[in-house]
Amino acid sequence: MKILIVGGGMGGTILANNLARRLKHELKQGKAQITMLSASERHMYQPGLLYVSIGRMATDALYREQTSLLEPEIEFHVDPVTTFTLDQNQVTTQSGKTYGYDMLVIATGSRAMPETIPGLAENSVNCYTEANAVEMWRQVREFQGGTVTIAVGVPHKCPMIPLEVTFVLHDYFKERGILDKVKFQYTYPIGRIHSLAPVGEWAKGEFDRLGIQYETLFNMKEVDGANKVVHSEEGTQSHYDLLVAVPPHKGMAVIEENGLGQSGWIPTDRHSLKMEGRDNVYVLGDTTNLPISKAGSTAHFEAEALAENLAAIVKLGEPVRDYDGKVFCFIEAGSDRATYAMFNYNQPPAPRAPNRAVHWFKMAYNQLYWASARGLL
Amino acid sequence: MAERHQIDARGSYCPGPLMELIARIKQAGIGDELEVLSTDKGSANDIPEWVKKVGHEMVDSFQADGVWHVVIRKTK
Repeated sequence: MKILIVGGGMGGTILANNLARRLKHELKQGKAQITMLSASERHMYQPGLLYVSIGRMATDALYREQTSLLEPEIEFHVDPVTTFTLDQNQVTTQSGKTYGYDMLVIATGSRAMPETIPGLAENSVNCYTEANAVEMWRQVREFQGGTVTIAVGVPHKCPMIPLEVTFVLHDYFKERGILDKVKFQYTYPIGRIHSLAPVGEWAKGEFDRLGIQYETLFNMKEVDGANKVVHSEEGTQSHYDLLVAVPPHKGMAVIEENGLGQSGWIPTDRHSLKMEGRDNVYVLGDTTNLPISKAGSTAHFEAEALAENLAAIVKLGEPVRDYDGKVFCFIEAGSDRATYAMFNYNQPPAPRAPNRAVHWFKMAYNQLYWASARGLL
Repeated sequence: MAERHQIDARGSYCPGPLMELIARIKQAGIGDELEVLSTDKGSANDIPEWVKKVGHEMVDSFQADGVWHVVIRKTK
């Protein structure tokens, strides 16, 4: 049984390692084979970019060699897929090679697309790539005061980032002693300040306490860099001196180019994680069109469920469980406090008041991530 | 020709049904209808509030078998 995993991010890596351990004997006997195709030889801890953007993490701490994270039985190639030929159970890669499979998992992820909103890329900072996070840190440390506007596109990776970036910037300017010269203007696309109502309620109290102003039902339409104004689809506008963007995201171009899903999101069954209309193609993490968080945590729990199922298909011929929509998100609430939200398709989250213990657990998780990617946590 | 798109946001707590609609409406054509399926009762209020502010058109809103169906038309 040939299992081909396309994508070496959080979802693909956890899946590959979890499967390799479950199929140890089958791999040894040559009854199963796991191959991963990735666009990069390095694996990035993406949540670390938030800390890079406020000068709290060095860029080299974001990376590990992908081969150092993978079980040795996994065949790994840095050779991104260019063509999916699903009817023939094969893909073609940038190097021109063709890989066949019995079961295919697509976990290619997503990318921030500030260029989809006129003026946004040229006039804002964000923490979604290493280069952007480094540039954000440069502008943040040189900022001497004025209005910091946080503007949020839809959909975006990591639903907690708009709040987290606001809280950590608030505390950064406070620690630098210039908070009295900084005004925060937080904007959000829907009628409250976070998509999760209980998180929005909690954050509203924090914003009121910290003097952070906010405008809801604000969807970016265009940015006028000359006048330093963001215009909304709803007809309002927000002035800024520093514009911090959570840009709209798309799936990877190869997905759309191969006609697998509009905007790079593949239609996916919410429980089996099968690509709609395909029996041997599965989708993981940001690449799905599921109405749940685009976050490493989602990919993590999906990967665990899928690993169990794919291993069971190899051993028993049938899957054994459904993915229940589980997500767990840390929420940094400043420089030394954090909380979390845990929920699934049927149970809404109930975040508690932030505290130092959760913050320090998040700090520890920044290191534990590597154990998590190896499928150990 | 105008089309009808269905957005299955059942079980969505985060990013939420209205966020799903906002993400998808950009891809739709003017005149298209979008039907959001939601198990979150707040959607029946959230979506019309946004539709009114941004200037699209509410077409229908009803509950069936525990699922809210909110239908809007893209006008601009």
